This record gives sequence, structure tokens and C-alpha cells, in this order.
Amino acid sequence: MSEDVLVSARGLEVHFPVGGGGFRRAPAGVLRAVDGVDLDVLRGETLGLVGESGCGKSTLGNALLRLVPPTGGTVTFDGTDVTALDRRGLKEMRRRAGMVFQDPFASLDPRRTVAQTVSEPLEVHGLRSGKRERAARVGELLELVGLDPAVAGRYPHEFSGGQRQRVGIARALAGEPDFLVCDEAIASLDVSVQAQVLNLLRRLQRQLGLTLLFISHDLSAVRHISDRIAVMYLGRVVEVGPAAAVGSAPEMPYTQALLSAVPLPHPAQERARQRIVLTGDVPSPSAVPSGCRFRTRCPYVFEPCDDVDPALQPAGAPGQLAACHLHGVVGTPVTATPEGVTADP
Amino acid sequence: MTAGEPVLEVEDLRVRLRTPRGPADVVNGLSYTVGAGETVAVVGESGSGKSVSVLALLGLLPARVATVTGRALLQGEDLLTMAPDRLRQVRGAGAGMVFQDPMTSLNPVLTIGRQLVEGIRAHGDVSKADARSRAAELLREVGLPDPEGALDRYPHELSGGMRQRVVIAIALSNSPSLLIADEATTALDVTVQAQIIDLIEGLQDEHGTGVIWITHDLGVVAGIADRVLVMYGGRCVEDGTVDDVLERPAHPYTRGLLGSLPDLAAPVGPDGEVPELTAIPGLPPPPTDLPQGCVFWPRCPVRADPRCETEQPPLAVVSRAPAGGPAGATASGAYTGDGAGLPHRAATWCTEGVDGGSRG
Repeated sequence: MSEDVLVSARGLEVHFPVGGGGFRRAPAGVLRAVDGVDLDVLRGETLGLVGESGCGKSTLGNALLRLVPPTGGTVTFDGTDVTALDRRGLKEMRRRAGMVFQDPFASLDPRRTVAQTVSEPLEVHGLRSGKRERAARVGELLELVGLDPAVAGRYPHEFSGGQRQRVGIARALAGEPDFLVCDEAIASLDVSVQAQVLNLLRRLQRQLGLTLLFISHDLSAVRHISDRIAVMYLGRVVEVGPAAAVGSAPEMPYTQALLSAVPLPHPAQERARQRIVLTGDVPSPSAVPSGCRFRTRCPYVFEPCDDVDPALQPAGAPGQLAACHLHGVVGTPVTATPEGVTADP
Repeated sequence: MTAGEPVLEVEDLRVRLRTPRGPADVVNGLSYTVGAGETVAVVGESGSGKSVSVLALLGLLPARVATVTGRALLQGEDLLTMAPDRLRQVRGAGAGMVFQDPMTSLNPVLTIGRQLVEGIRAHGDVSKADARSRAAELLREVGLPDPEGALDRYPHELSGGMRQRVVIAIALSNSPSLLIADEATTALDVTVQAQIIDLIEGLQDEHGTGVIWITHDLGVVAGIADRVLVMYGGRCVEDGTVDDVLERPAHPYTRGLLGSLPDLAAPVGPDGEVPELTAIPGLPPPPTDLPQGCVFWPRCPVRADPRCETEQPPLAVVSRAPAGGPAGATASGAYTGDGAGLPHRAATWCTEGVDGGSRG
């Protein structure tokens, strides 16, 4: 990997206790939302993180910013260990890492004006002293995201979904971050508005030299905006590589199935297409299959898949990594079955 | 597939809703037909009136706020003037409906079995035991593992994809001639969406059901539809065969919609650069205040005709079916059974330079 890594996760785990509750105090099991993720986000790139609902992609995004505490592994941000930061260090880290959320209706305070929302990070981080300078900066930020600075005095309900998402982006940019995490930032928008926001994010990324982590279930959108793509399945990154390679010649059977399930707006191509239709559902993250976690749905499953947990290994294009035994059996043999992992799902 | 009588004929459907901001014209003169075994996709963004148009068909809009006019013949019977008792019989037996969210369209406190049996017994004199075995058979048909056991489970015990299968089983329990799927796969993951689409297509082939597929996802449309109807501002702005509409879009809105779509199959430049999306600026018009001329005029990048602003363009034929196919369509665009030969129509003044030019 290149020297210029901004954010890096090694063996990152976020496990939640589940069940129990009520009068039984002890948790009944472990939900392995993020379960041993190795991932580097390079400075100045857009990394797309795709996966289906429940695969842990949002939890991973949150864990990178320590919005949820990791239960294992490490995260480094620009060389410093995020898990070991004190309050002051964490505050500075969060200035340098912004977040855009999925639902622009829920992520803005309905009782605060756009100006109040966008200027809060300026106040918190002491970036502009004086009301007038903050107001000027809010105007700049709104202009940057394509809104008229004159709307600063308005409330969120006066805006459409797309405009609210722009306000959310302006707020995330207020701290002059290096790193921006967009968690399903276009999922709740209409198609024509999605395109506006995608174009905006791409422009901002270039203009400001941002490093972007674009989390989405929409492979087409991820393919469009990303330099590299990471694919998650059941708490683990199972494939990562250049967008062109992962988006057109994936090496991991799950990515292949995911890609073949994405509907294309071309009738002739759609009719000619051979879909890989996976059987069954994603196993529960509180009962992860032992060995390869995709083996219960994989069309190519063979002997080592049951008892060797595959590690990411080079496959396909330069810089492309896949966690699959088809490229050679590499990984950790399964000896004991930890809690939340089932040997025979 | 059996050609012939259309299952559903909708003519000049209009829906006006009473809202605090004044009357909203949500659907403005929609006409289409659905043949047996045919899939018609109704495409549009939120607020385009696509869901309201089908809710109106089945009388599911509250009468206090909605005024529905026009004609909608389901196998010859007008749904809009039907007596409430008859309409109750038709819902389910004549037309089944699958809604977007399988979490909310099932009753959480009743078992899957009870919800299926209720539908089966409401439309026929069936004993409880027979209805139960029919229910298990339906669940098997939609691909639920362990159908017998699933009858005694509650909705929360099933995954989203499995719940949607149950909803489809309920919709199909009385072998309706028409199935309306309103954003039926939108809440599902793509791999599950592929399973559900396969399932509905298989069942459709088997039973010759006509399907209205409402969606905002043009990718899904390309895979399943025979015919596409693009809605904007409560009007049909373009319709035709799926190939015509998606590969040779004539209306600037349809072209904008397709241009806004990140495309996995799009060619990549030599530097690995994916071209910028051509987003449509602005927002759809509110149904309480529709533009006087072309509904798309306020956002349209073309505006090539002086009439755009002031005069509403009619839905006119932009091109006949390619030579070779018999002109099987009548002037009103009625479906004649073979899918080919349908006119490609668009409601726009700006069709020049479109005909024949396919998008990249």
C-alpha cells in the first residue's frame, strides 16, 4: 500500500451484546457488526464502501470516527491512534473529519436556522471569532454547496430533500475537514436530485482536496464517484480495489453476484444478461458462519471454505484484493468457534 | 401469453385532492391498457402521481379528500363507478396489490397463516383446513423455505425479502388477473430484489397475470417491463415500448432522468474517468401549482418552442414501430397483444433531432 494513508483500520471489530435485557442481565449473544476489518483510505481519494443492509458498513464508518467505540483492533487517523485519543485530541480529530448523514430530514435540527446549524462547528472549534465573520463564512459555505447565501435565515422545513442535504454538506465542511464520511448521503433523494448531489460531492472533493468515504448500497453510484471500491459482507471487507476493476471484473463471488444483480437501464443488455441469483438471505451477524462467511450462499463453495477464514489477498488487477480461496487458500484456520460464530449455520 | 382482451383499460384518469393549500391535481388525464401477461412500468419521481393513480383505481383514496374521474375497466367492469360491495370482491380476486414496505403491510400481531387464510376465505367458500393447505402451497410457490412452519410464524421472524414474498403470496392468493406492484422491491437489497423480480416474472408466465410495476428505478424497468409510461407532474409525458423509451427517449424529462442515472455500463474515459452526470436542475412542480404549458418547462434545458411556456403539449406519436413489425396498435394506443408495433408517444413540443438518435 502507498505511504500516503490518511485513515487506516487494522483488525477493527465492533461487537454489540444482544438479547438478554429485561430481568436477565447477561447478554445472550454477540452481534458482530464489524468483524476484523483491514482498510486503508488514501489521502485525496474517494473510497466507495458498498454492501447490503446489515453488512456493517455504517458501523464501520462510525467506528472510523469513533462515533461508536471499537471493541477490538486499531484505527489511525493521519498517523495517530484514534482509539487512544483524549477528549481534546478527539475534538480536533472530529474537526478534521466531517460526516454527512442519510436522512436530511432527521439530521438537521428543525428549530434552528440554516445559519445556526452551519455556524455551530465554527463556534465549537473556534474557527471564526465574531458574529460577522462567522456569518460571512456561513455565506461562503452555502455558496460552496450551491445554495443562495440569502437562505441562511430559513428553517429546514422550507427546503426540499436535496437542498437539506446540501445544508448537511455545508455543515460537514464548516470545520475545514480533510476527511468526509458520506453515509448513504443520496439514498433518500429522488433520482434527478441524487445526480445533483453526486456531482456536487465530486466537485467539492476535487476543489478542496478532500478524502471521501462514500458509503452506499447503490453500486452504480459508488462506481460513479469512487476511485477505489471496498465491498463489505457480514462485517468484513471481502474485496477492495480500483473502481474500474471491482466495478467490472470482481474477483470475489459475492461482488460478482452483487454486480450482476444491479439493474441496468438498457433493455437489450438486461435481456441478454445472465444473473447470478443468490439463494437465501444474509446470515445474521450474531450467527456468522465459520470459515468463509459467504460460504452458505456461495455458488463455488469447496472444501477449505468450511474451516479456513479467508484473508484478503492479491487477485485480478494491480491493487485489487479479494478474500476468497479461489485465489489460493490463505487465511486463518478455524480451530475454536468464538461466541456469535456458528460452525454449521 | 394470451393475446386479446386487455385486463385493464384506464381512460382519462384524473385525481384531485383537497389539501390545506388548495386543490391539488395529482393525476391529470392518464390513459393506458394492460394486457394479459404484460408488464407495464409506471416510472416517475416522488410526487409524480404514480402511486396515487393506482390507489385511485382500487378505491383506496379517502372519498372525503379525493375526487376521481375517468374510466378504469378491469375485465370490462368500471372500477370507478363500482358499488363498494363489488369493489371489495374485486380487490384481491380481480386485482392484487403489493406495497413498498413489507414491514408495514403485514399485521405484526397475526401469524402469516392467519393473514393468508383471511384473504383466501374472504373470496371463496373454503373450509379452514383447505384454506390452510392452499396457504402453504402459495408460500411454497413464492419460494419460502419450510412453508408449513412459516404459517405459524409472525412477520417479525422473517427477513425483509421473505416478508415481501409473503405479501406477494397474499396478493396472488386469489389468482388475480392484475397485479399491482407499488415500489415492491425498493426497500430490498439488490440481490433480494433480483430474487423477487425473478419470482414475479415466473408467476406471471405461469398464470398470465397482467402487471403494473410502479417504480422510480429505470434499471428495474429495463429488466421487466414490456411497456413504460413516464409520469411527471401527474401527466404521462412519454410512453412506448421499453426499448423505445429507454434507448430512444423523446421527452427532455425522460432524457434528463436517464442522464441523472449513474450507469455501471457507461464507457469509461482513457484516464479511467467517469463522465459527469447530467443532473436536472431544480425540483418537480407542486401539484397545487402546475405550470400552464409543458409541465417540465420550468426545469427544461431545451425549451425549443415558443409554445412550451403557454400551451400544454398533447401526447403525440413521435415514431412508429420500426419497419417489419406490423402496425398492431390502434390510434388510441390500445395494446394488441404482441408488444411490438406500439406507438412511441411523448408530450413535448421539442422532438426535433430526437427521432432516430439514440443515446450514447
